[in-house]
Amino acid sequence: MKKLALSDLNSLYSAINEKMKLYAPIDINGAVNYGEWNKDSVVNLNKMTVKSAKDAFFPQCEDLSNFKKDGKHIIVEQGELVKEDFVIFGVRACDVRAFHILDTVFLEGFLDTFYEARRKHGIVISLSCTKPEESCFCTTFGIDPAAPKGDVESYICGEEIYFNAVTEKGNAFMTQFDSLFKNCDDKAVESSKKKTREVMNKLPLSGLSTEAFGGDKLDALFNRPEWQALSESCLGCGTCTYVCPTCQCYDVRDYKTNSGIKRFRCWDSCMRKDFTMMAHGTNRPSHMQRFRQRFMHKLVYHPANHNGEFSCVGCGRCVAKCPVSMNIVKVIKTLGGNK
Amino acid sequence: MQGLELKLKERVQELLDNGTVDAVIAWTKGDFVYDTTPAIFTKESGLDGFVYNSFCGANLSKYLVSQIVSDKKFAVILKPCDTYSMNQLITEHRVNRENIYIIGVGCSGHLDIEKIKNQGVSGVTSVIDKDNNILINSIYKDAIIEKASVLLSKCQSCKGSELKIADEVIGEELQTPKCDSRFDGVKQLEAMTAAQRFAFWKAELSKCIRCNACRNICPACTCRTCVFDNARSNVTAKANATEFEEKMFHIIRAFHVAGRCTDCGECSRVCPQGIPLHLLNRKFIKDINEFYGDYQAGEVAEQRNPLVNFTEGDIEATVISDKEGK
Amino acid sequence: MQEVKEFKPTIVAFCCNWCSYAGADLAGSSRLSYPADVKIIRVPCSGRVNPMFILKAFERGADGVIICGCHPGDCHYSTGNYYTRRRLALLYSMLDYMGIERGRTRVEWVSAAEGVKFSTVMNKFVEDIRALGECVKLGDIRCKD
Repeated sequence: MKKLALSDLNSLYSAINEKMKLYAPIDINGAVNYGEWNKDSVVNLNKMTVKSAKDAFFPQCEDLSNFKKDGKHIIVEQGELVKEDFVIFGVRACDVRAFHILDTVFLEGFLDTFYEARRKHGIVISLSCTKPEESCFCTTFGIDPAAPKGDVESYICGEEIYFNAVTEKGNAFMTQFDSLFKNCDDKAVESSKKKTREVMNKLPLSGLSTEAFGGDKLDALFNRPEWQALSESCLGCGTCTYVCPTCQCYDVRDYKTNSGIKRFRCWDSCMRKDFTMMAHGTNRPSHMQRFRQRFMHKLVYHPANHNGEFSCVGCGRCVAKCPVSMNIVKVIKTLGGNK
Repeated sequence: MQGLELKLKERVQELLDNGTVDAVIAWTKGDFVYDTTPAIFTKESGLDGFVYNSFCGANLSKYLVSQIVSDKKFAVILKPCDTYSMNQLITEHRVNRENIYIIGVGCSGHLDIEKIKNQGVSGVTSVIDKDNNILINSIYKDAIIEKASVLLSKCQSCKGSELKIADEVIGEELQTPKCDSRFDGVKQLEAMTAAQRFAFWKAELSKCIRCNACRNICPACTCRTCVFDNARSNVTAKANATEFEEKMFHIIRAFHVAGRCTDCGECSRVCPQGIPLHLLNRKFIKDINEFYGDYQAGEVAEQRNPLVNFTEGDIEATVISDKEGK
Repeated sequence: MQEVKEFKPTIVAFCCNWCSYAGADLAGSSRLSYPADVKIIRVPCSGRVNPMFILKAFERGADGVIICGCHPGDCHYSTGNYYTRRRLALLYSMLDYMGIERGRTRVEWVSAAEGVKFSTVMNKFVEDIRALGECVKLGDIRCKD
């Protein structure tokens, strides 16, 4: 275990930034999001970020390829893969778990090379929670916010921040910046972990049960009448899908530039009317069906396809950000019968 | 507030029971005090979970737009500011007035949970709205906050306590929050240099994630298929690939509601990134007032929107390009 | 040795079919010159110009956009340009509010008989845009290469 005074964090940021790109929760006019750090950035480790950390590996928009015309030929240039290491700092336990859920989608079966390259070069420095919000329910999905995992775990205790390498990658990182840290024991960390776990048990959503959901619950849930009333509140915007750390649907689109075509992919949202629209023109036509899709995917289809793992991590972002407060917790409670 | 909730609930039950309406658009309780959700109650569903508290800031008139195809009769609860939107929807034939029963309620301003959290209060478990103060219980530390500092931004530029349209009023008229002139923010920006304004909007709009919350909550955005969702429009985008697209979306959206926007402030309220979108709409409102005379959309139904109107002596379109200075 | 390239602006002019486009025609047949940087797009009426057209022109690399129509009162469709006048006053004001140089947008009323005016207006506008230089605040970078 190593430590550093919180006031020295800026020197750690600059030291990392000299060697590689650093992504951290940066405050821009009151909104905190993961962004590329520079010496003028204001890092805020206390506030829940608006968007999750998934941008680091699966950015909202990225170029896949370029097409250019050369006489009668079309030249195809492949988009570049990330080749250099980078660090993502201050990732919470829920977002770290979300990376593993994204891994099951992008790395198993069909291999997504863009995602794989970022994942290979990204060093995740996680941060243990000390003050969970009332909207947090990560424990429902078996996540321990006091042991966030990643490559290096960090914990803020008082005026100091403690670091502990978890993986080989993390070890290499700690060695590289060893001169900045002081050695220490883990006493302070253990007591802070205990405190966090106690708080988690007191949270209003701590008893949330997912018993009624799972890969085998399709028939039991699909035609439940409650979907209609739930979806009537939903505006059909994409806030929940875009702030969600595990939503991974994307669309591939072409943009005609003045000299060729740029093919890019960007996040999509199952709340949109044209989601998965193809030539046959019969994607989900009603708002209720689109609404149902989002929650069935997280709570039924994903577990069915990926060894029973739900694709929700209980980060509470959709709970906090939905314009009309219609969220996965309400769906779980309404359909799970423990309202 | 609890007295009002009780009165509303009783009256709504009555309206459902005696068949005046088939359904009611109101709020339902959430897991915390602040996450009330707009919901449709019917006689069959009952009024379980019905709530009206300081966090019912949402403008419910939007929920009537999708019901225009229904021949059911709806009751809806509207605050004074929401009634402007209702008038505007009636003007544009986006709702069927005969099928709507408007219950007006007085309002003394609604609260913004984000602002409460920004004051360093986290783990909020309950909030009590008492006179000029807010008493907050938290799993960490209880707090007392001055109400005026945590009002929704839209309430800080309240248009007043008058209900512009209502079939019935429940509860007494309440003292609306004192507020500054609503154009102060626009004026501040106008006083800056072009480079400063550009930098301001660049920083703000770069936060946009194109979630469309501003559009979908907006009671003036009633197109069946938005131009930005229409694959044939050549401007569809699901994400802002460049800085240009951030500006494009917001300029066009604000322009499309210019002259129709009642300044209900919902766009800024719902933006997950806290972009002050109302500053775009208010710029148009301010310009319309200055160029073509004072106009308040939704003041009364059946008004003529200044953008589908003209006079021969209108100000020239070069008014801006010929302006001197920064 | 690096050659200093002269800035060649791209200017889009939306001209209404009945007055301004005919005015441009007259300028041409009267052998009045205006810079080739101006690309004319003919529209049935200046009222046809959707604000999106103007933004789209900037997206694709225009450095200036000018809209020309009949003089107020002379619209072929009676009132089309009155609406244009209101719309563009507001749109241009918004662009200014967002920090875009206000010289990049313009409206001029040019009748079918005003070949001379058309040429003067275009010469002046091109000169203004040359002075402002390339538009960097309102283009899509993907169109730049």
